[in-house]
Amino acid sequence: MLNEQALRFEVFIFKRMKRIALVIATIVLVACKEKKTTSIVQKEGVETSEAIELEVYDFRGLEKMLSTQSDTTYVVNFWATWCKPCVKELPYFEQLRSNYKEKNVELLLVSLDFPAKYESKLKPFIKEHNLQSNVVALDDPDMNTWIPKVDENWSGAIPATLIFNKTERKFFEKSFTYNELETELKPFLN
Amino acid sequence: MKTLKSLFVIMAILLFSAFTNTTENKGYKVGDVATDFALENIDGKMVSLSDYKDAKGFIVVFTCNTCPYAVAYEDRIIALDKKYAQKGYPVIAIMPNNPEVQSGDRMEAMQARAKAKGFTFPYLMDKGQEIYPQYGATKTPHVFVLQKENKGNVVKYIGAIDDNYKDVNAVNQKYVEDAVDALLEGKSVKETHTRAIGCTIKV
Repeated sequence: MLNEQALRFEVFIFKRMKRIALVIATIVLVACKEKKTTSIVQKEGVETSEAIELEVYDFRGLEKMLSTQSDTTYVVNFWATWCKPCVKELPYFEQLRSNYKEKNVELLLVSLDFPAKYESKLKPFIKEHNLQSNVVALDDPDMNTWIPKVDENWSGAIPATLIFNKTERKFFEKSFTYNELETELKPFLN
Repeated sequence: MKTLKSLFVIMAILLFSAFTNTTENKGYKVGDVATDFALENIDGKMVSLSDYKDAKGFIVVFTCNTCPYAVAYEDRIIALDKKYAQKGYPVIAIMPNNPEVQSGDRMEAMQARAKAKGFTFPYLMDKGQEIYPQYGATKTPHVFVLQKENKGNVVKYIGAIDDNYKDVNAVNQKYVEDAVDALLEGKSVKETHTRAIGCTIKV
């Protein structure tokens, strides 16, 4: 008899627990769902993962960024995600940025990726490598017109780099190591 | 001692490549006589400019499998050959990259690409990378139009194929066609040197 009572009690508790568990599960589910929606909102606002903003210029637009009247020294690198030697040297430019940001040096990475690849290649690349330098895209197919305006001696091969301030300007059609880059930058800072 | 030795070898190679890099920017100017060569084609045969007894000149294109710009121009390179080979200016494509560095440009890959695209012209491997520095090619694609004269194959045009890599229908100036057309008419080439973005030749 006692046993039977105990059993009934157990079953009762079990049923109760089941119900409680169900309620808890529902709460958790709903909460999770809410959390999910809020995280999506956050993603759009803060993380900007898929929404990496990319400024796209034709050469006329970019040209304004290739000269200055200020005291800043600019290091401009022409690159593309498909260009192996470019990708290899990008970390050196990033390193230069962080080492010289206090010394009035700004980096500009001009991507020559094809417009059809901005979403599939360039933006994911910027995110994946967490590029801190300013990245813009140049979309101007009339290359024979604008290449000599960047530098008369540029054949058009990339990587290519331009260092300038308001008084000096130097162009390089070559790959850099960090030390080479720093060596070329230093005279601009004196 | 052994490491010192290998270090020395590495330094020697670096020094050598530093020098070859500086010569890269020289190369031919319009009016120079271009060197002939004997380079292996995708069919295993050796090809030289001198094999083309009836040619009036050549459209020499340094190109490769792996550069997006080169790929964007493949159909236009084929079209150039179809249009001008019969008029005496065949396309000779040369792949200048080091296939050890760029595996997508190995001979087998070149063969596969030529077959897939139906290349109508030779696609030669610049084995040892000795030819492109003499021409002064710096990137792919990079075109040299040559005219056969008594003194040799004279460089008449260096540069891009046209002025829009992105959209063949938006092209305003067909630099190579204009150059070859002028030569066929016995005129001088108006625009002898143009520039375009391309992929650095992989050494």
